[in-house]
Amino acid sequence: MTVGELKDALGLKVLCENDDALSREVTGGYCGDLLSWVMSRARSGDAWMTVMGNINSIGVAALADISCIILTDSATLDDDAKMRAEQNGVAIFQTEKNSYETAKELSKLI
Amino acid sequence: MDEIKLHFEVSGDDFTRAGEASGEVKRVLKEIWFSSAVIRNVSIAMYEGEINMVIHAGGGEIDVEISPECISMVLADHGPGIENVELAMQEGYSTAPDNVRCLGFGAGMGLPNIKKYTDEMDIQTELGVGTTITLKVYNQ
Ligand SMILES: Nc1ncnc2c1ncn2[C@@H]1O[C@H](COP(=O)(O)OP(=O)(O)OP(=O)(O)O)[C@@H](O)[C@H]1O
Ligand SMILES: [Mg+2]
Repeated sequence: MTVGELKDALGLKVLCENDDALSREVTGGYCGDLLSWVMSRARSGDAWMTVMGNINSIGVAALADISCIILTDSATLDDDAKMRAEQNGVAIFQTEKNSYETAKELSKLI
Repeated sequence: MDEIKLHFEVSGDDFTRAGEASGEVKRVLKEIWFSSAVIRNVSIAMYEGEINMVIHAGGGEIDVEISPECISMVLADHGPGIENVELAMQEGYSTAPDNVRCLGFGAGMGLPNIKKYTDEMDIQTELGVGTTITLKVYNQ
């Protein structure tokens, strides 16, 4: 399933997107807020569910080849993070649901 | 391919710029023919080292050499040094201050990650003088 299809299926709110990012394949998921854990355990292609919407999260997502960031619990995206995400072509969504509920839905789809 | 050499000055007080050097290396590697696995290993290892320089050592310098066989990185700082390298290498050990923990750092996973994603890792450190970390990722 692509990032764009995932966005539609879960009804996610778009905070940052572009065509390249939307056509990427989502191959798994990872939940976590500590950046080094994400870099250790998340796999390339994972959708990353987190409440960390700062500029460093964008760097981590780009370097670790994350397919998209889903900000759960309505966590917000900093302005400089949004700018960096646009530069790096990282897709970012937001949902009111928490990471558990979001991951549960994701697992039904992929 | 000729060997490519890159040099970066990492500023010690600017969190918003931390990660720029590793991002740039990732872009360069992508333009050549390295596999996405090699690129990912190099990017993550270098990012962890770069962030450590900013958080723990007030910045530093990174030199990267890229050849078809190997990507090597030397990260040098003049920070406080690491008192007990064996302890610092353990998952979960961290002296990160609260203000960076709020940003998602301080899990004590950075150095173990560097080890995990590189083929060779060497740490030279002296208290009060600084730390030099040398890393190699082979292109296989
Ligand atoms: N360049 C450095 N200069 C001085 N001390 C360092 C340096 N790099 C690491 N350290 C010390 O080693 C500890 C462990 O580093 P490590 O990168 O594993 O974890 P962290 O940076 O604290 O947290 P994380 O990387 O998970 O965000 C640090 O907390 C710090 O005490
Ligand atoms: Mg670290």
